Amino acid sequence: MTLASEVALAPTGGSVVMALVIGVLFASGTFLLLQRSLTRVLIGLTLLTHGANLLLLVAGGRAGEAPFVGPDGEVPEGVVDPLPQAFALTAIVISFAVSALLLALAYRSYVLTRDDAVQDDVEDRRIASLEEAP
Amino acid sequence: MTTWLLEAARAVPAGVAVGLPVVGPILAAALVMLVARTVVQRLVSVLTLVVVGVDALLLLVRVDADGPLAVQAGGWAAPWGITLVADRLAALFVLTSVVVLIGVLAYSVGQGLADGAAGQATARTRYVFHPVYLVLAGGVGFAFLTGDLFNLFVAFEVMLTASYVLITLQAGPAAVRSAMTYIVVSLLASALFVTAVGLVYAATGTVNFADLRGAVAELPDNVRLMLALLLLVVFGIKAALFPLYFWLPDSYPLAPAPVTAVFAALLTKVGVYAIIRSQTVVFPDDTGVTGPVLLVLAGATLLGGILGAIAQNELKRLLSFSIVSSIGFAIMGLGFFTPAGVAGAVFYVVHSIVIMAALFCVEGLVERRTGTSALDRISGLAHTSPVLGGLFALPALSLAGFPPFSGFVGKVALIEAGTAAGEWAVVAAAIVVSLLTVYAMALVWGSAFWGRQSATLPDTDVEDAVVVGVRTLPRLMTWSTAALVGVSLLLPVLGGPLFALSLRAADDLLSAQPYVTAVLGG
Repeated sequence: MTLASEVALAPTGGSVVMALVIGVLFASGTFLLLQRSLTRVLIGLTLLTHGANLLLLVAGGRAGEAPFVGPDGEVPEGVVDPLPQAFALTAIVISFAVSALLLALAYRSYVLTRDDAVQDDVEDRRIASLEEAP
Repeated sequence: MTTWLLEAARAVPAGVAVGLPVVGPILAAALVMLVARTVVQRLVSVLTLVVVGVDALLLLVRVDADGPLAVQAGGWAAPWGITLVADRLAALFVLTSVVVLIGVLAYSVGQGLADGAAGQATARTRYVFHPVYLVLAGGVGFAFLTGDLFNLFVAFEVMLTASYVLITLQAGPAAVRSAMTYIVVSLLASALFVTAVGLVYAATGTVNFADLRGAVAELPDNVRLMLALLLLVVFGIKAALFPLYFWLPDSYPLAPAPVTAVFAALLTKVGVYAIIRSQTVVFPDDTGVTGPVLLVLAGATLLGGILGAIAQNELKRLLSFSIVSSIGFAIMGLGFFTPAGVAGAVFYVVHSIVIMAALFCVEGLVERRTGTSALDRISGLAHTSPVLGGLFALPALSLAGFPPFSGFVGKVALIEAGTAAGEWAVVAAAIVVSLLTVYAMALVWGSAFWGRQSATLPDTDVEDAVVVGVRTLPRLMTWSTAALVGVSLLLPVLGGPLFALSLRAADDLLSAQPYVTAVLGG
């Protein structure tokens, strides 16, 4: 990762395992997001958000160390920057709420159409058919 | 007159002046959620937005005279705490948004959507509209006033979560399908945004805009450019920039008219604001690359939007595509990175906020009058309802850029800035798009307003909150639309002072020194 080599990623540096986990979460999230089934899209989004949240945590420093900060904002040895953890916490709460809404909506869509797949747009199809008509 | 306004503005404590557009609507939302009575909800919502509007006006007068005003929430010092900053740009956008929010709120009350006057299915959603609308207002204010990248993310989420509820208010099959597209695309953008925040923090150790300006300058060129472009992609999705605008015309048209009006006016413009703020204040050293990139994107957005609009048969879809086109104009002005260009962009965003709200309100009136928004099924409206004809013609002419309307002022400013910068290709695109906008508006006029009078079609969904296909227009709907059109006519009247203000705002953005000093101190 060029970013890690060129910039001090965090006070104590990142870990390879975390980088791998984040990579896998992003990859599988992206794959699922490209599916036609709403449930898969939803799970894909959740995975993607998890990956993003872990990335925030890694930005703070090595996992497992205590998040404290000095009165002037300086980060002493052996602890991690607490700010990214606060970010991650906020982001998790937001994604939790929105996932709940999305699940409700996916269920509503299933109730209305009896199908899990994302529907085509009627108006889009009409405009597309104009091209084939003559 | 300005002296006593300034005195009054200075008398307001800084924390109240800057905090009110964020905290006011959200507290009021909590209140109207508890007191679920129609009269109370209406009164509290309107009153809150009016108070916020007055506050925004005073704030604008004050920051224009005294320079940017920063407030550290909870007393935490600047790079670590939550900072709210009002500069000329933020205050101007807050004021314009609040004016539009008040107009559209009155319109929704008139339509009965806010109070759920009609239909059986609306009983559940009856008291939802006002709280959610106020949360949206708070989110928009927060996005304009926040001084750091992470809270910009939070503001986006507050605003978008409210918009998810508004867009699904009538949960029919078509609305759910279109809302799904909208929500999934927004969430993808949010996930990217969190990623961008993480990378920015990893690279610099701060997310505060003022602090970032110094911190990113020390980064290697390619890392800094990567961060700038990543943020451009994130905000590009929110702002509906080419090639990331496909979701907008797909999802906006299926929401009720006032909801689409407020989305069209505000949500994409918040994205444009974020692009302007991040590319000028935070990444001033990358303009050599981001400038040309923005100009190419702006040209493609302009053309893609208007060509899409011409192909449409539904009035609402046609207007949704023209939102995309208007985003192109604003981004084009930013892409020059000259004071004149950025000032043109600021002016154009203000114009576009008001015009888009007015046009979508008129669309709602047309739909109510005729029962449909399909252009091939409407005709002769100018004869049956001359008022509607007038209300459509004025903002449409302004959108197309006819003098003496505000669209003309904005476009002339942008094209002048473009010729001064020597960017002929994008200037040519802007001129072609202006002509095509005239064509699109003429199509609407010729099809819907001229010709033989068409019959009023019956309401296709009598269960939902939106009553269409009735021959009468509620007075409040017509008057609030007229008020929005009136505000759009006021813009060219105030053109001189407003453009001078935009120029000062652009100078602030490009030098950024007053902003940084206000946030971080001497």
